[in-house]
Parts: sequence; C-alpha cells; structure tokens
Amino acid sequence: MPIVLIVAEQQPDGNLRKATLNAISAGKQLAEKAGAELHLVLLSKDPSKVSGELAGLGAKAVHTAAAPEFEHYLAETYAPAIAELAKSIGANYVGMASTAQGKDLLPRVAARLQAAMATDVMGFNGGGADVTFSRPMWAGNVFAEVKLTTPVKVFTLRATEFPAAAGGQGAAEVKTFSPKVETGKTKFVDFKEVKSARPELTEARVVVSGGRGTKGDFKEIEALADELGAAVGASRAVCDAGWVPNDLQVGQTGKVVAPQLYIAAGISGAIQHLAGMKSSKTIVAINKDAEAPIFQVADYGLVDDLFKVLPALREAIHKAKG
Amino acid sequence: MKILVTAKRVEDPESKIKVKPDGSGIVQEGLKYKINPFDEIGVEEGLRLVAKHGGEVVVVSIGGKEVQEQLRHALAMGATRAVWVNHTGPLDQMGVAGLLQKVAEKEKPDLVILGKQAIDDDQNQVGQYLAEFLGWGQATFASKVESLESEQEKNKVPALQMGADNKSVRVVREVDNGLATLECALPAVVTTDLRLNLPRYASLPGIMKAKSKPIEELTPAKLSVDVTPKVQVLKMASPPPRKAGIKVPDVATLVEKLRNEAKVV
Repeated sequence: MPIVLIVAEQQPDGNLRKATLNAISAGKQLAEKAGAELHLVLLSKDPSKVSGELAGLGAKAVHTAAAPEFEHYLAETYAPAIAELAKSIGANYVGMASTAQGKDLLPRVAARLQAAMATDVMGFNGGGADVTFSRPMWAGNVFAEVKLTTPVKVFTLRATEFPAAAGGQGAAEVKTFSPKVETGKTKFVDFKEVKSARPELTEARVVVSGGRGTKGDFKEIEALADELGAAVGASRAVCDAGWVPNDLQVGQTGKVVAPQLYIAAGISGAIQHLAGMKSSKTIVAINKDAEAPIFQVADYGLVDDLFKVLPALREAIHKAKG
Repeated sequence: MKILVTAKRVEDPESKIKVKPDGSGIVQEGLKYKINPFDEIGVEEGLRLVAKHGGEVVVVSIGGKEVQEQLRHALAMGATRAVWVNHTGPLDQMGVAGLLQKVAEKEKPDLVILGKQAIDDDQNQVGQYLAEFLGWGQATFASKVESLESEQEKNKVPALQMGADNKSVRVVREVDNGLATLECALPAVVTTDLRLNLPRYASLPGIMKAKSKPIEELTPAKLSVDVTPKVQVLKMASPPPRKAGIKVPDVATLVEKLRNEAKVV
C-alpha cells in the first residue's frame, strides 16, 4: 500500500506546532484519495513529549528518532534523516506544513530523494496514482493544478486550507528509528523568540491589522485586538517603515492568514497584502479613502478615519458582549 | 569573495495577472517584466559583501534572450559579469537547481545568493535544492548576512592564510515567532528575505558601463543537464471571487452586522 509521510514540527517550547495538526488532516485527505496509509515522523532531542499526542491523531504509524543533534533544527541535519526514513518505509508522498521550517527543509529532502515538489498545497484532485495538487501562484492570483511526475512526491501544505486533526483517534504504533546523523557545514548560533501575550498570527480566530493609515500608531489596533482576543497584523509598508516588527507582516512575502474575522484598518489593499488575507471568512475594511482596493474584497466596509472608528468599535463590541 | 547571484525575469509585482480563458497560462499582453524583487535584494547583498571584503559578483539568469535585460540590470547595479543560460520552454525547480549547480561548479563561488522565492511561481525551493545538489550549507530567508572573514586574515602572507574551511558567514534568518542565527562554512547557499536590504538604483554611468560588460552564453546541453520538467502545470484558474460586500454607514451598523449576520463577534 502506498504511504503518505507527514513531518511533524515541535516549537521551541517542545509542544507541537499547531500547523502540524492541519498538515496531518491534509495527509489524511491525500491518503484517502491515493488509497494510501498515513504515517508521521518526528525528529527531536526528546520525542517522548509529543509522541503520545501524535499517536492519537489517526495515523497508521508514528516514526520518531531521538538525537542530541536534533535539538536545534538545521536543514542539513534533518533532511538526510527524513529522506532515509522515507526510503526505508517506501513513502510515496512526503509532506509538511508550510511553516518556515517546512519551507526550508522539504526542498532539501526532495533534492535528496530526486523528487519533484509543490509548495503551499491547498487541496488534492484525482485519485489513485494520479493525484494532482492545487496550489497558488502569482501571489494567489492564480490557482494552478500541478502534477508531480517523480516516483516520490514532496509538498508543503497551506495550513489555513485544512482543519486541525483532532486527538483521541486510537493509538498508532510508535516506532523508533536511528538514522545516520549528518551534521553538515552549518552551526546553530541562537534563536531569539518574539514573545507575545496575543495569539499567534497564523493561528488566530480574529486578526486586526494596521497599515500606513495608522501612521505608525498601533495603540488603537492593539486595544481592539485585546478586546477581541485577536492577533495583530500589519501591511508591508508599516513593517518596512520599521513601525512594527517584521513578523507581523501579512501578505505574499509575509504570513498567510485565514481567520474567521480580519479587520483591516488604514490598509489600502495592495495585491501583495491581499495575497495574505483574501481567504479570511469575513473581512472588514476601515479606510478614509472610499476608492481603496481593500473595499473590493471587504464584506463590510466603513469609510472613515480609523482613529475615530477603532475606539468606537472597541466600545461597541465591549458593550454588545455585555 | 566571489559571489554568484541569480536574476530571474518575472512579471512586475504590481501587474494585474489574468488567467487565459482556456486555463493554459496567463495573459501576457500588457505585462511588464522585472528582475524578481528577492533576487534584486540578492544582487544588492552580493555587492555590499564584495565592497567590504573584495572580490566580484557574477550574475546568472536562465531563459530566452529577453533575460539579458535582467542581467544588464544587475550589471548596471554593479555586478562584474553575467552568465546567461539560454533556454526557452518549461522549466521546473529541479531543472533550475541542476543548471545552477553546474554553473556554480564551473565558477566556484564562495557564496551563491538567491531570492527566497520567485513572485511568479511562489515555490520557494531552488536555493534549498541547489544547496543539497552541491552538498553545501544553506541559510534561507536571510535578514542579515555577515562575512566572518576578518581584514586581518585577508592580509596575512599566503603561507599563514587560513584554509577555505575557516571562512564562514553568519546569517540571521526570519523564521516563525522570531529570528534564528546560523553560521555556514563557505561555500554556502543563502536565500534572501525582504528585509535584508534596500536595493540601489542603477546609476546612469552604471547603465552605460553595463553595456560593455561580458555576458557568457551557456545552454542546458553545454552544461549537460536534462531539464525535462518533473512538475507539470496542468491547468490554471482564477481564484473564486469573493461575494461583493457592502459599505456600512457607522460603527453601530458594523457591530450589528458582525454579531447577527456574520456571527463573528
């Protein structure tokens, strides 16, 4: 039987990265279409922290490898180990969420396996050995259906397009393996985490984003976000201006989000920004300029000064919630 | 330092991209072309490293003769010379990485700098494939690149010169929730993120000078690379349009709609 292998990712705190859960349910969809079984793999200094959780997510088998060299992720150390496992179990498909790690790692795994690859896959078509992948091109302005013709097919998954896999689906067999650990030519120096009390941008149910219209003053954006338990986002212009940290950027070159509610305040709606938030369920635009392109994708638009609207909106929501 | 940089020809990021009615590709009429913005950042970074540590920047592009425009642009920015891999027709990431591997083996650069992704296919793969094909280290999504080769090392007499193994770069990478710093032994592959630098404009003297800088022509056959695509784009479509929204007159109406219609607040 063909095998779909999904690579799991741990956060620096040791917990599973949430996008892994979305990737696992994508793997399940693919396994059904391809008539394959789903396997998971995790490389870690200490897999025991999450191997139990992984075993309950509905896969057929979970493969874990422990080594001190896996403490800090490095493509040159991880790629050979993943490729070695993929070969030994005869995986036909190797996938991972399109996180920074997924995008860095999987092309290197693909190169090792002489496999073709598709990035940011949003869905699968066809069936059996002819499964094709749907993926965005030109900043999400084009959806392409692509076919990978190599025996092994590698892909990353756009987490926002798939539900999160739920736990409690039986207990898969957890198998340990001991790959030859290659250390490569690159050393890990350090990781500086940007800590926030707010939810992670790509995982938040509500996102409040500010653009050039804020003139760099994010106080009202943040206050509304806190009222809604939302994450804060930003357009490229405000990140480039150094007004907010780069990791808040939503767009083609930043993060892709698809929350239940996306509030864009003072954002004109350039093509590159829309690429990162167009799939949000409900979009609200607040902008002084009635001709701003953001109004073409907004479900609800309010033409007014954001510095007037945001405090009033925060109060009204607070009151409405009782 | 010898630095090899890439210059892919792509549609201007501000262009409106439309899919042909038969789904076979995008409408080309009226489009403008540019060097991929992430590659332009790569050219700039190469020039900055060379200005500090000496050496040269060599720019490479793959495509029909029109990609000479992008090579000339990089030469006008300050690259020394160009390599043009003349190829028309479909090409996938493995094909590009295979060709770049051969160019790198021929040129023997200390560093290859590529954009993290091209804004047309949005794949974000070539640098990583290339690093693996060459067996080199990789540092993707760079927001800061520093050469660790000190001035002192460079000025030592040859007998005392540090071996190539001791040359390395330190790269700060943009990753989820923060910044990761790596140290790569050279030669290595680096891909650029948007915040690495602000590329310079080509000056008029730069543009004039670029006209006489050499462009070497190669082909996949000359480089012995089979570029038959393993990724086939079967069909393209426009994304499903969003239902037209409404404009609301005030905050009260907005909150009412969000609560009762969209049910998100």
